[in-house]
Amino acid sequence: MRCKSLAIASNQSGNVLIPGSSHYAQMIAFEYLEHTADVMFRAYGSTQEEMLSHAASALFKTMVDPATIAARESWTVELEAPDLESLAYQWLSEIIYLFETESAVFSTFRVRLNNDQDPSEEILKLHAEIGGERIDLHRHAFGTEVKAVTRHKFGIRKNDLWCIQVVLDV
Amino acid sequence: MDDISKNLKKIDDNTYEVPIGYRPGMRVPGRIFVSSQLREMVEPGTIDQVANVATLPGIVKYSMAMPDAHLGYGFPIGGVAAFREEDGIISPGGVGFDINCGVRLLRSDLEAGAVQPRINLLLDALFQAVPSGLGATGRLHATDAQLTEAFISGAKWAVEEGYGEKDDLTHCEENGHMAGADPAQVSVKARKRGRPQLGTLGSGNHFLEIQKVEEIYDEAVAKKFGLFKGQITIMIHCGSRGAGHQICTDHLDVLSRAVKKYNIAIPDKQLACAPLGSPEADNYFGGMVCAANYAWANRHIIAHWTREVFERYIPGSKLDLVYDVAHNVAKIEEHEVDGKRVKLYVHRKGATRAFGPSRREVPDAYRAVGQPVIIPGSMGTSSYVLCGCDRSSELTFGSACHGAGRVMSRSQAIKQFKGTDVKAALNMLGIVVKASSPGMLAEEAPQVYKPSGDVVDVVHNLGIATKVARMVPLGVSKG
Repeated sequence: MRCKSLAIASNQSGNVLIPGSSHYAQMIAFEYLEHTADVMFRAYGSTQEEMLSHAASALFKTMVDPATIAARESWTVELEAPDLESLAYQWLSEIIYLFETESAVFSTFRVRLNNDQDPSEEILKLHAEIGGERIDLHRHAFGTEVKAVTRHKFGIRKNDLWCIQVVLDV
Repeated sequence: MDDISKNLKKIDDNTYEVPIGYRPGMRVPGRIFVSSQLREMVEPGTIDQVANVATLPGIVKYSMAMPDAHLGYGFPIGGVAAFREEDGIISPGGVGFDINCGVRLLRSDLEAGAVQPRINLLLDALFQAVPSGLGATGRLHATDAQLTEAFISGAKWAVEEGYGEKDDLTHCEENGHMAGADPAQVSVKARKRGRPQLGTLGSGNHFLEIQKVEEIYDEAVAKKFGLFKGQITIMIHCGSRGAGHQICTDHLDVLSRAVKKYNIAIPDKQLACAPLGSPEADNYFGGMVCAANYAWANRHIIAHWTREVFERYIPGSKLDLVYDVAHNVAKIEEHEVDGKRVKLYVHRKGATRAFGPSRREVPDAYRAVGQPVIIPGSMGTSSYVLCGCDRSSELTFGSACHGAGRVMSRSQAIKQFKGTDVKAALNMLGIVVKASSPGMLAEEAPQVYKPSGDVVDVVHNLGIATKVARMVPLGVSKG
């Protein structure tokens, strides 16, 4: 998997600003790639947390237009896994699970990874606050149903930025 | 395409071989069953996926791809592979997330002329009766105990609950309930997703369609299947919903660790697997069967509500089940390999079982001819009923294609088509469509699929299954 490190281009997927840069370079939060039957995307971040947050946005945008969602309520997610890749897989799968079981749509994803754990434990912990609201079939513009997060071509790389590549089964 | 073609060896007009050595570690060659025309539509990635499957331990004969094959995850869509019990594996990558996604065909005693004037009315009523689309939940509020029964007994449970008729069961693959379900392998999460969705169609390429039999190719077999020209049929295409998706997700996580534990080299993480006989393999199989049974119950309930709608608008009408097939599943079957009958784990991912008359699994009603093989088309194109042939066992472990197969990505389709235009164009052809979102109609425009007739011809010409009838859509309810 090759990930673009920095893209200075406007993109329909949504731009974000990288703090810390003197002129705030523009970075693509996520981008969709061509796939015949399913949905493939790459999400970027200057930190692992930011990358995971952008990946969640990319996943959810496949299902519902985020412009139609207001973050009126919040949901908390706590997960742990032996490595970042497993954690990312669980995180994205959890969002689909929450969508279906809470009958809610989401637009904001604040992710925190636990860095102060005992290194001998070899467990990564994720804490996330998800903002959204209950499904309103008249107001929310639904797109494609995401059945699951696949592990096909699933991977995380760090160049200048963190980058995750995901194929969704739709 | 040229580079790829050079690497494929033509065996006959409809068979191409991916030779051992196409990629490192292949244990058997690949076989892609396509015409020269369809071969042009096979993406290089699909051939890579066929080759990847060929590296898995215990694979028998070939890693195969049906004529509708296209790029998937793990196995290609349209992928078939069988593994020996002694040294083989089981992989969720060979089944898919939508476990027992499948198709059910109901035949009516009605002529199209009697139904066509009321098609809008019927379609509206079906759209109301059968919940569909993203965010929709079912009319059926199953208890936890009922859900467990659905996992264990599938369509049999649905009949006991008053959905459908007992005779329906013999007209389903596996009699609508597969043995080996282990509800302990279904997580709380899978239950929570599955419970409100029992009796829902879903979204994407799933549909409920009112069709007309347009053409009969084999009068004698059509008679056996109860089909005649001008007849109204109903086709239901859906699967195991969130229950199946979550069961696959959960076990994929376990099996991803199992490949390390058992030291299995896999070229794609989605091909995570476990050796047959290991606890991880047994647990996945037990969970997968629960999802398969849930899907049979789901299609059974939807068929029941369809019957109710027809009874309400056309009193006295009768909808009988022709057959119900699974096209995403792993099954334990006996096949002949090197002159011996052996037990194999046959994975069909986007492939339909197509057993001929000599197989005991074919129900009594069809034993003289072979099982009905139901191949749905896209929204605007024909669907087909074929009849399984004995030659399929030898060629493809008794498997055929499962549909037309996509050729255009969803994002490309959205750029190229507008839902409202697609709907208007279908209306011009006399096809009424109802969908919960117009965007979905663009994604599923008929042009994004291969021509279903070309795909079916390959299966027919190879003698896997022969054409019996062709149905055209009159009214389509999409999720």
